[in-house]
Amino acid sequence: MTPTDLTLTRSIDARGMACPGPLLNLIGAIRAGQVGDVIEVVSSDAGSRTDIPAWVAKAKHELVAVVEDDGFAHFVVRKTH
Amino acid sequence: MEDATLSLVLFSGTDDRLGAAAILATGAAAMGRPVNVFLQYWALDAFRKDRVGTDHGVAAEAGSGGAALVKKDQAGDRHWSALLRQAKDIGEVRIHACALSMELFGITKDDLDPLVDDVEGVAAFMSDAQTGPITFI
Repeated sequence: MTPTDLTLTRSIDARGMACPGPLLNLIGAIRAGQVGDVIEVVSSDAGSRTDIPAWVAKAKHELVAVVEDDGFAHFVVRKTH
Repeated sequence: MEDATLSLVLFSGTDDRLGAAAILATGAAAMGRPVNVFLQYWALDAFRKDRVGTDHGVAAEAGSGGAALVKKDQAGDRHWSALLRQAKDIGEVRIHACALSMELFGITKDDLDPLVDDVEGVAAFMSDAQTGPITFI
């Protein structure tokens, strides 16, 4: 699956942002969004690989996909509540 | 099980230590853990409203090259004060000024950055800290 197969409500390019910036951007977008929104964060921060899945699990949203790219990754999250 | 409170005693007022503390506080807040911060001595001094944005130097172990690294990191949104504001925005973060240190410096709540919620004694801090460990930075 690639991110283009999903209908994204919003995409945030957080590349170049250091830990925990991409996670904070995701949290802000999830809070501002509606239930069912699919939000993508693109991050080059190594901490995001662990932090975003950990936060999504804790906050009980859904990690739809993690797609590795060249030096960065796409994290696709659905707001479930 | 209720999430354990992260209690941080901030003693050192250098930008690298405050930066590390702000990262811990933000991570805990993001993960839904209450954060309880107690400011003593030089950390309290760094939270004075007229000093919060100034250069507070670095810890001794930073060495000669370390200061430039920290200065580059502690800018704009990356500054420890900005990170703490974000932590407060996403979670339950309370920042308390140590009453004894306030007295030592002869300052009042009005002298402190609005990040600081209140002035409290050590027993009140300990009371808030009882559900988790205390980390001294």
